[in-house]
Amino acid sequence: MADLLTPVLSANWDAERAWTLDSYEQSGGYAALKKALTQQPDSLIELVKDSGLRGRGGAGFPTGMKWGFIPQGDGKPHYLVVNADESEPGTCKDIPLMMATPHTLVEGVIISSFAIRASHAFIYVRGEVLHVVRRLQRAVQEAYLAGHIGKDIHGSGYDLEVVVHAGAGAYICGEETALLDSLEGRRGQPRLRPPFPAVAGLYACPTVINNVESIASVPCIVDKGAEWFGSMGTEKSRGMTLYSLSGHVKRPGQYEAPLGITLRELLALAGGVRDGHELKFWTPGGSSTPLLTDEHLDVPLDYEGVAAVKSMLGTKALQIFDETTCVVRAVLRWTEFYKHESCGKCTPCREGTWWLVQMLERLEQGDGSEQDLELLLDQCDNILGRSFCALGDGATSPITSSIEYFRDEYVRHLTERGCPFDPHKTTLFETVGAQ
Amino acid sequence: MTDQQTAAGTLSQQTLDELREIIARYPQPRSALLPMLHLVQSVEGYVTPAGIEACAELLDLTAAEVAAVSTFYTMYKRRPVGDYHVGVCTNTLCAVMGGDLIFERLKEHLDVGNDETTEDGKVTLEHIECNAACDFAPVMTVNWEFMDNMTPSSATDLVDRLLAGDEVTSTRGPRVCTWKEAERVIAGFPDDLADEGPAAGPASLVGLQIARERGWTAPDGNGKDA
Repeated sequence: MADLLTPVLSANWDAERAWTLDSYEQSGGYAALKKALTQQPDSLIELVKDSGLRGRGGAGFPTGMKWGFIPQGDGKPHYLVVNADESEPGTCKDIPLMMATPHTLVEGVIISSFAIRASHAFIYVRGEVLHVVRRLQRAVQEAYLAGHIGKDIHGSGYDLEVVVHAGAGAYICGEETALLDSLEGRRGQPRLRPPFPAVAGLYACPTVINNVESIASVPCIVDKGAEWFGSMGTEKSRGMTLYSLSGHVKRPGQYEAPLGITLRELLALAGGVRDGHELKFWTPGGSSTPLLTDEHLDVPLDYEGVAAVKSMLGTKALQIFDETTCVVRAVLRWTEFYKHESCGKCTPCREGTWWLVQMLERLEQGDGSEQDLELLLDQCDNILGRSFCALGDGATSPITSSIEYFRDEYVRHLTERGCPFDPHKTTLFETVGAQ
Repeated sequence: MTDQQTAAGTLSQQTLDELREIIARYPQPRSALLPMLHLVQSVEGYVTPAGIEACAELLDLTAAEVAAVSTFYTMYKRRPVGDYHVGVCTNTLCAVMGGDLIFERLKEHLDVGNDETTEDGKVTLEHIECNAACDFAPVMTVNWEFMDNMTPSSATDLVDRLLAGDEVTSTRGPRVCTWKEAERVIAGFPDDLADEGPAAGPASLVGLQIARERGWTAPDGNGKDA
């Protein structure tokens, strides 16, 4: 049997003082940088294209193709911006990566910046993760002192400045153009595209914005090659990736596996759903990806496989909920999140998410009628595809998918004039007894 | 008008110098605004009118432009925050796993509502959104340090220790500092605590440990099958 788990990014997370430059270099770190600096930037872009690496932040856009869109010889400064604003509910892979081995990211930043001919890179990390901010600051400082960043890196003539920039609490800044506005010192609101950031991004200059895991995957590709990377995963979804299991599973955590593993396989490794309970619904990649159920245990968790069941691979944040969980309560809470995080720029999202909360609150309390479900779906229809950015679209995903799979449960709230579930039964304390 | 008469003049010379230091990190000055506001909070305890004026003057913006930015982001506070900002994740996953119960218990225990501070000015309680630690649910934070795998009783014990001035250590980090000290680090002035705490919490390592137990690895690039 092939190896189900293939730790690459997470392979050294348990090393002694894994976050330090010493530890990283002992495990071969920064060898890829030295190799990359001897190559032409264009050949590195080709290498990443050939590897098939696709964006690990949710959208799955081919990373090398994104780099290829940067105009060369245009005389303008180019920028690399790392999206480290990990905030999608359920998503928890970039934070442990940056806490344990921040140098994997930093080395990726330097190679990627060299490839797109950027002399300035920013790591935009969310502000609410103090110790991760510390570890990134230290890693960048160590890399400067070692000559991996700065002027004339290792005698290559290449100069690079790297800035760790902490955000200030706004989910919308994970949207790449809102992130750019935020990095320019403004309210984090998305921009109209086109122009795309590759043409007019930070300071209206060509900019690549990539997720942490995408950039952190670059050093191993440079080190071991595109073919090696492609030997893991499926034809169109190549490589290994971090799957994050959370919720009602026995062993929640990070599982690094080739793309295409199934939830059934991951659940078996995680010890299954907690004792005495069964899987009810789950998200494949955060709350903005339509819910799936126990019908979908054998769906290959790659970009195509999850799309084929009308959801998205997203961030591979597998939030597992068992039969004690009220789907209406879960969806209401996510909807409150989207309402809170809507930036207010466009009407469908700003007003729409507010109305979605009103409707769902009423349903969860058992008020209203079954026709309200149609009204709720109609509201979703007026938000999906009509919002300025994907936040509004994402807000509708849990609602429409939950009504598709659990319409009866919504109706039960109405017929029983209230929520039929006991919220205490969902908690860990039911099994752990740590009240 | 002399410098002393401006609102910005109420900030110390050291703070004004550090605000300029932040500006110097960026190709364009305005990019410094978010970390500048974090630094303002680290000295003022929240985003004060004087802090807004100082940022505006240094960046050649109006106070209204700076205020428009500061009011957009939830980490910027309009009222003084306690020494310890205590966050409880009540987004769906954590809420279901026990975050709702923990938050209710803490409101009752501390006799404060959401985004309110205890009378002694020590603890500010706030429910927070997903903090990217779902595999450690239910999750809390103290001054943005992780407090993993919480229960109602460990949560009340935690705030009691904060109120009593006892040492509290993050499950994946150092002994917690004050909120103002945390804001200074977030503004980009490191506190030399990066080496504290583990590389990873237990949940971060479960997949790696299973792979080790079973001898599973990524292909080595020299012909070994995946």
